[in-house]
Formats: sequence, C-alpha cells, structure tokens
Amino acid sequence: MIIKRLLMSVAALALSTGLAHAQFSDGKVKIGVLTDLSGTYSDLAGQGNIVAAQMAAEDAGGKINGMPIEIVSADHQNKADIASAIARKWYENEGVDAIADLVTTAAARAVREISKEKGKIDLISGAASLPLTNDWCSPTGFHWTYDNFATGAGTAASVTKQGGSSWFFLTADYAFGHDLQAQSERAIKANGGEIKGGVRHPFPNADFSSFLLQAQASGAKIIGLANAGADTINAIKQAKEFGITKSQNLVGLLIFITDIHSLGLETAQGMMLTTGFYWDIDDQTRAFAKRFAAKMNGRMPSMIQAGVYSAVSHYLKSIQAAKTDEGVKVADKMRELPIKDFFAKNGKLRPNGRMVHDMYLAQVKTPAESKGPWDYYKILRTIPGDEAFQPLSENTCPLVKK
Amino acid sequence: MTLLFGIPIQALFGQLLLGLINGAFYAMLSLGLALIFGLLNIINFTHGAQYMMGAFVAWLVLGHAGLGYWAALLLAPLLVGALGILIERTMLSRLYKLDHLYGLLLTFGLALVIEGGFRQLYGISGAPYAVPEELQGGWNLGFMYLPIYRGWVVLASLFLCLGTWLLIEKTKLGSYLRAATENPQLVQAFGVNVPVLVTLTYGFGVALAAIAGVLAAPIYSVNPLMGSNIIIVVFAVVVIGGMGSILGAIVTGFMLGLLEGLTKVFYPEAASTVIFVVMAIVLMIKPQGLFGKGS
Repeated sequence: MIIKRLLMSVAALALSTGLAHAQFSDGKVKIGVLTDLSGTYSDLAGQGNIVAAQMAAEDAGGKINGMPIEIVSADHQNKADIASAIARKWYENEGVDAIADLVTTAAARAVREISKEKGKIDLISGAASLPLTNDWCSPTGFHWTYDNFATGAGTAASVTKQGGSSWFFLTADYAFGHDLQAQSERAIKANGGEIKGGVRHPFPNADFSSFLLQAQASGAKIIGLANAGADTINAIKQAKEFGITKSQNLVGLLIFITDIHSLGLETAQGMMLTTGFYWDIDDQTRAFAKRFAAKMNGRMPSMIQAGVYSAVSHYLKSIQAAKTDEGVKVADKMRELPIKDFFAKNGKLRPNGRMVHDMYLAQVKTPAESKGPWDYYKILRTIPGDEAFQPLSENTCPLVKK
Repeated sequence: MTLLFGIPIQALFGQLLLGLINGAFYAMLSLGLALIFGLLNIINFTHGAQYMMGAFVAWLVLGHAGLGYWAALLLAPLLVGALGILIERTMLSRLYKLDHLYGLLLTFGLALVIEGGFRQLYGISGAPYAVPEELQGGWNLGFMYLPIYRGWVVLASLFLCLGTWLLIEKTKLGSYLRAATENPQLVQAFGVNVPVLVTLTYGFGVALAAIAGVLAAPIYSVNPLMGSNIIIVVFAVVVIGGMGSILGAIVTGFMLGLLEGLTKVFYPEAASTVIFVVMAIVLMIKPQGLFGKGS
C-alpha cells in the first residue's frame, strides 16, 4: 500500500514537471535553419535563409512571453543522412523546437520523419516535391513557399493555354525532376496539350547540347525544363547558342530569381515562370527586400528566403497565441490563425500542412524594360491560392478528411 | 531519311560533332594534367580549380577593366600560370621526394580552399559571360546548326594540343623535358637547370587549364564549382590514355568525348558513367593505359 502510494506520488510529480516543461521547454524558443550552405542551392536558399529567420525573430521583438528567441543554423550539404543526424542532435540534445527551410527533397523527407516522430515542427520552404503534403504529410509539418504542382503545373497550364500545345521534356534524373515532369504533364494533358517525348539527363550536368538537339528533332513547340539551378541555367544558355530558341520556346518549370540574375536578361528575356514571391510587387515587399538586401550584399530575396521569413514569423506568432512551444499545440494554433504578411496576403494552412497563398505568373523583362540589377519580372497574373495549389480532392494525405 | 541503329543518320552526325566539342575540353585539360604528372610526378588535383580561375579571370577583367574575350585569352593563362608557379615554388617543390599521396593531398586541399574562397566571394549560381561578337551566330550544316563559337573551340583546342605535342616531341627544349622525366640527376649534370624546367612546366600546364577555362566561359556559366564537375572525368581520361602520356591524353580526350556523345543518344542516363566503365575495362586489360609505356 505504501509502495503504491509512493509510486503514485512519484508519477504525479513526474506528470507535473512534465506539464511545466510543456509550457516552454528550457526557457527559450529555439529555431534551427537547416539548409544548403555550400552547394548548388546555397544562393537561392543558404545564408539568405538564416538572415530571413533572424529578421523574423527581430521583428517579433527577440522575445516571446519573456523567453528569448534563438536562431541556430547548419549545412546539410543536400544529403539526407547529414540532415537527419543534425535534426536528431538538435531535437534531442540542443532543445531546438522547430526546423526551417530544408531545401532538397531528400533532406526534407528525412527531417520530416524525425520531426513527426518527436512531435516537433518543420517549416519547409526550399524543397519542392508534392509528396511532402501528400503521402509524407505530418500533423506538425508545413510546406510554405511553393511545390512542383504550383510552379510546374501552374506554368505548364498557362503556356499550354496560350498555344504551347506540344512538349518535350529535359528532366533531371532524380526524384525532384521526375515529380516536376509528372505534375507538368498532367496539367498539359488536362489542357489538351501533347507530350512528344523527353530525355532524363544526369544530375548535375554541364553540357546540354546533345539533349537539346534531340528536343529540336522532336519538333515539339515547347521544351520543358524539369530541372533546377545550374542545370536550368546551362540548358537555357546553350539553347540560345544552338539557335533553338528561334523555332522552339523554352519553359523553365522551376525558376528562381537567382537563376535569372546568373543568366542575364539578354539570354533570359521573355521566359514565363511561376513564382511564389517577387520583391517588387508592392511597398511591403519592397520594404522587406530593402532590409534583406542591406544584410546580403545587395542581393534580393528569392521566394524561398522570403518564405522562410513568413514561416518563422507565423510560427512565432502562433507560439505567442498558444502560450506554449509544444509542437502539436503550436501546429494546431498555426492552422487556426490566418497568415497575413508581405509574403502571403491571405494565406491559410490546410490540414495536410500546405500553406495556400497567391502565386504569380511572371515573364522575364527585356534588357530595355529593366531599370537595373534585380528588376527582372513583369507580373502577368496573380494566380489565386486555391487555383495555384493541388486541390484537396486529389490529396492523399491521411489527415485530410474527405 | 536513312536510319542507323534506329537514329536518323543526320542526327548521329550532329551528336558526333557535339562529342568532338566536349572532347576538345577533355583533351585540353588532360593534356596539362599529363604534362605535369610526367615531369613532376604530381597528380595535380588543383587543375579543376585552375580551369575555374581562368574563367573567372575572363569575367573579372571584363567587369572591372572592360577587357574583352581576346585580352582575357592572353591574360588568364599569364595570371593563373603565375599563381601556379608561386604554388609550385612555395609548396609543391617541397614534396617531390615524398610519396605521391602527399602531392595529391596538397593539391586536393588547395582546390577545396580556392573553390571555397570563390564561392564565398561570388556565390554559387555563377555569372553570365557572353560569346564575343566576332564569334556569334552559326552555320547551318544541313544536319545541324553549328554555333561558330563551338567550332572555334575545337580549332583552338586542336591548335593547342598539336602545338604542345610538337613542343615536347620535336624541339630541343622538349628533349630536355623528356630527358628530365627519365633521369633528372643526369640532365642536371649536363648543365640543364632542372628545377627551373620543372617550375616552368607546372606553370605551362596550369596556363593550359586557364585557357580552357576562358574558352569554356561563354558556353557554361562561370561558377566556382565548374572545375570540380569536370575534373574527375578528366582524370579518368588521363588514366585511360596512360598517366603522363601527352599523345594518349589528346587522343583519349577526343575519343571519349565522341563516346560520351553517342551515349547521350542511345542511353542518356548512362552518359555520366560511361567514361568510368571504359576506365575500369582499360585498367583490367592494360593497367598502364592505352598509350602508357608500362613501368
């Protein structure tokens, strides 16, 4: 009897301390930015994401309910094993409450699994693959900026509607490229377009001339680039060199502003693309971009970097409202609160973790239209969030009730 | 339309020509590498970084001094070659008596440091560099459209390769070089300053890499990792040709470019691995390489 009572009081004690912890673990809010700091994606994500997260923390006043906000960061080198080792260390030993960015699908998926298991929050901005909000979805996982459906299918549908009726794909031969091609193909077929073929190129690849000649021989009106970063840049440059752009049009299915900066307007002019953010849309975006550029040697934020700011800032607001940093509760609060900032004017979170916000169909300016560096896009159309992102009826995430 | 293996023969010609262009880069880079290995016994892993620096010199002199492509073609090998000589004098020269491994570690480490530095300064996604005005446009060959610039690259590469080969095989200086490769002590005893010869050879090999970098700048984006992407393939080319064999490096460079071009038509997924498959086969059958003399 005494032993039983003793056990009960020990249990009660454990429970009460547990509850005390559930309010604010270790007396601070700690966010880890896990990104590519040295490889292919370090310009479009990388250091800029750390700066964006720090800006979000500053704007929240650096403290929440008296608890200091701390931003830590690490380089996952685009490798899933390194990403999961860092995520475990952060969650288990260093009291990290949420991990942001996670560019590259492999890294995002690995960390998603660990976050789900530990009930911690992930705020994915950089990765593109659609399964992150479908089969791999999580109650505490969010996908913020864009995905292959929004950029790939969005661009493909617009181009097909404007007369780009036959397509040939140059696809990066790994999970992301395959997913991007699949999303785009669906949109093309749905709009009455035809797929003439495609070729899967090694990743990364420097010389595209051979693949471009095959695309030329196919006679397709549009050459769809289901790749990213340096691959896309090289393919576009070389298409121009081989005179392919005279008879066929190139469409990048995932283009970042850093790609345009690197290509130069002379080469990139006229291209259509879908983006989740552009710095020169209104006063709010310009104000953010100006602050960001001041800290980043004059570089304007990419959509991924702006997305990290928005995600971290919404996370911090939700902690304040929920009065705890416990993952599941904060995630519920995040879904409850609307997202209103310079990035998402009317954003909302779906049960599968997808942040739905307006996307933009843009065209790259000609050198004559551009006023200087980073003045690159003409916004042709604002795509409303519900049209831009995958309809919930097609979603396979078990958290979505149908 | 005539078909060959299910591919229109015109398309095949086009692909072979493209293969030749890529082969030109392989040949230029492996040439410098083979030259350095032949005389210095150093596997120069910095070669990729030096190629990248050549491209960056072209971009930097254009942006800061307004000097165009042709000036860069002259300046890049001089500047990067001088840097190479500095590296040889201050660091590499201390390693000749040690195992190959030390040279490899040093040059590999240097490559990482140089690439890291450029990445820090200029970011990863690269900078644009336009084709010089004189070489813009292209010819319609019937079976394909050949950009003039690519034709120029093949010619320039053939000229460099042939020139270097003649220099090594047919001139007095070349004979000193070859003799110094065989027996440096004896050549020194005849009054030839072997250490200077070694330094200049390294500088020359590095200058070749820098020229290749300038030639590559208008085709690929000028970015800090452009060298590390190509250098592994170039090493395979040198191994297949026979370590230290000048002729082997040139011939193998062009041939493997062609082979890679064909792979891109018939089985594109294997395009990045086919050269290594050939390397494995050659190493099994003739470990000293196709043109190697055997040790």
